[in-house]
This record gives sequence, structure tokens and C-alpha cells, in this order.
Amino acid sequence: MTKCQHYGQCVFEAPDIFRLNADDKLEYTAEADDSERANIEAAIDVCPMQAIRIVQ
Amino acid sequence: MTHPVVIVGASMGGLRTAESLRRFGYLGPITLIGEEIHKPYNRPPLSKEVLAKEVTHEAVAFEERSSTQDVNWVLGTRAVVLDVENNAVTDSEGHIHPYSALVIATGLRSRRIIVPNGDLANRFALRTLDDAIALREQLIEGKNVVIVGGGFIGCEVAATAVKLGCNVTVIHNAAHPMLRQLGIELAKQMQLRHEAMGVRFLLKRSVVDLVGRTHIEGVLLDDETTVDADVLIEAVGSHPNVEWISNNNIDRNDGVLVDSAMRVTRKDGTVISNVFAIGDLARFANPIFDFEPRKVEHWNIPTETAKRAAAVIAAMLNQTDVYPAILDEVFKPIPSFWSDQYENHLLAFGLCVLADKVTLVAGEISGDCVFEYHRGDQLVGVCGIGMRSVVQSYRAKFI
Repeated sequence: MTKCQHYGQCVFEAPDIFRLNADDKLEYTAEADDSERANIEAAIDVCPMQAIRIVQ
Repeated sequence: MTHPVVIVGASMGGLRTAESLRRFGYLGPITLIGEEIHKPYNRPPLSKEVLAKEVTHEAVAFEERSSTQDVNWVLGTRAVVLDVENNAVTDSEGHIHPYSALVIATGLRSRRIIVPNGDLANRFALRTLDDAIALREQLIEGKNVVIVGGGFIGCEVAATAVKLGCNVTVIHNAAHPMLRQLGIELAKQMQLRHEAMGVRFLLKRSVVDLVGRTHIEGVLLDDETTVDADVLIEAVGSHPNVEWISNNNIDRNDGVLVDSAMRVTRKDGTVISNVFAIGDLARFANPIFDFEPRKVEHWNIPTETAKRAAAVIAAMLNQTDVYPAILDEVFKPIPSFWSDQYENHLLAFGLCVLADKVTLVAGEISGDCVFEYHRGDQLVGVCGIGMRSVVQSYRAKFI
């Protein structure tokens, strides 16, 4: 997560995976169902830091 | 033989179009023509953290996905002629590219200031990787850096140059930096924060000429004062790259007019069903706000418009039954941008520039804060310094 700058653009694309906590820091669920794939791909597209990756 | 989908412009928008075509089930050939020699890369860091360190393509390149490995890349080449009647693009090498569908993604280029004594070294703009590489070499401790234009790019570069130890002066034509985008209260506050870091602003001023013989030595302003300059950075807006599509009767007044399916519109209002425009140069109406077509230079718009165009193209070329339904879908992306200047992290949604009333709704102006932007009774934007989870919560209001 060192690349992440907590912009939160991903939160809107995949709200069940990414969230901003009370300190405005980004948190995420590392394990995701395949049904979330399209949302996560959309989050990857809009991440300003290109910090998100899908690892099988 | 099926002609490829030809995408002109190999920046983020062009890349996202190619990826999305695959995602929406188009399996045919794709050609991507780009003027720069580099494969697509991420521009925002070029004025921020990458400019503060070492600028390389590797540091900013978009990861290549397996879905686009068979794309035919034509890089270091410009499109020079579009022939809509014959469905073909001619490039600067003289090659002709027939297309089944065309995507215009040539974006914007930096505007430059035009002055009598303009032919001097050490004048820079900042849009491309090569611009950033050239500028980075000159941002040396102790140098007098003059930035013309106090918009977002100008202010981000000012913050980076100050951090690198340069003496930074920003010349801006309005009363405060970023005034048009942020409104007076937040713009004033950002000015104070820049000044506290050592940036000098010369406001309501414009450049009338440059001083120097071979290299820039100074800038002459409209109040007849001169500012010393070793480096000049011109951050005075942009022009759409639309010259190559002339002679096709396309409406290209301030960008390329498109319908809600990103299809290019002729001056007579008719639509060209297989020619699309996306990204910074696409002028489209967004029903979140009104029905006025605008080009929107916000971070997520290239990606959103690329996906929209790709969905339509894939349905059209695959001749699927859903094509008419996809054409009819409402397109209303929520514009979003952010800006980092020192430890000030600005995040915004909507079109704050449309507002006639700006109101502090959370936090304090001297610290982290959030502003609402209204046009009449309509909420048109939200922008905060810090407090990202508050700003984020507003997105739901625009859906």
C-alpha cells in the first residue's frame, strides 16, 4: 500500500472493497468475490497512483 | 477483411478505449496512433511527486494488460487527415488507416504565450513526459522560476519548485490563484498557504514581453515592471488538437461536439455513427448539471468517456441486439479531480466552476475544510482540503 495516497477514487467504483476510515486513510478488503471483478477493474482504471492490482 | 477500430491519441483515454473494447467483447483488430514515442502514461504525477524526483517513463507508465497485447501501436506518428466519407485516417508518414470505427482521443496541447521577444531558451510548458523531463533539469536550488498562470497546474508546479529550493513567482491574471475553479474564499486561503511556503504572487498581471538574448532573463509585465527569470513555465491553459479533423464539417468549436454516445456531431446537427470523440476534447452535455455541452478537463473524464464510446462501438460492430438500448443509455459521469500542493490535499466532485455561491460546510478555513458549490438552488460541486471521507460522501448526491 505504499503507493496509495488515499485519494479515495476507488471507493466510489468498488464501495464494498475500498473505504476511507475516520482518519481519511484508505482501507480495503484483500479477498474479493469474482462478482466484484468489474468494480475492482473500474477502481484500477481510476486510481490516480495506479496502486491497485488484482492478484489471483 | 474487417477494418480495425482506429484510436487516434495514445494517452489514458486512448488506452482505456482499447481495454474497454476488449472488456465489452470486441475481438477484432485495434490500431492506436500516438504522436509521442511513449506508450500511455499517467500525467498527474508530472507536476507533483515525479517532478520532485526523477522523471522517467517507467515511473509513470500504465501497466499493460493482457487484453490489449495484440493492439497495433503506431507511435511517434501523428494523424494528419481524416476522411469521414471514405472512413480513413492518413498519418504523418503517409500511411492510410481505414477504419470500421474511429475514436478521436487527441486531447489538448499547452497554450503558449505569444510575445515579440519569444525565441528564447528555458521556456517550458508542462503536459507531456518530455516536457517534465526537460523542466526537471532546470528546477535547481536558487534559480528564479517564473510561472505564468495560477491555475491548478501552475500552483502544483509552484509547490514542487519551492520544495526543490527555487525562488518562485507566479503571475496570474485574476485576483487570486485558482479563483475561477475554487471560488474566492478557498482561492484566497490557498494563496496564503502558498505564500507561507515562500511563493510570491503577482496578481491581476499579464506578460507583455520576455527579456533576454538567447536565454530567458526576465519577464516584462503590463505594469511595466520586470521580474527576473532563469526559467519560465507557461501554464496558461490549452488548445484542443482538432486541426487534423478539419474539412469534415464536424462541429469542433471549443473541442469536438458529441452526443451522449460520444458520437461526433456535424455542424448541421447530424451524427456520424462510426466516429467518436473522448477525453479532454469531447464536448458533451451532462444531465447531472444541465444540457449545455462542455469539455471537462477532470481526472476521470477520459476514462468515463472511453468506456462509454467502447460500449457503443463493441455493440455496433458485434451487431448485438442491445445496440439500440446501449445508444439510449443516459451518460452522466460525475466529474472528479484532486490536487496536491504541499500537504494540502484538495479533492472535488462535480463542476465547481458553474457555481454562483460557495459555502463552507465543514471544518475551518484555516485547517481542513469542505465547501459546497451551488448554482442557484442546485448543488453543482463539492471541494475540500483534507476531510476526504466527507467530500466522498457527497458523490451519492450527484447520482
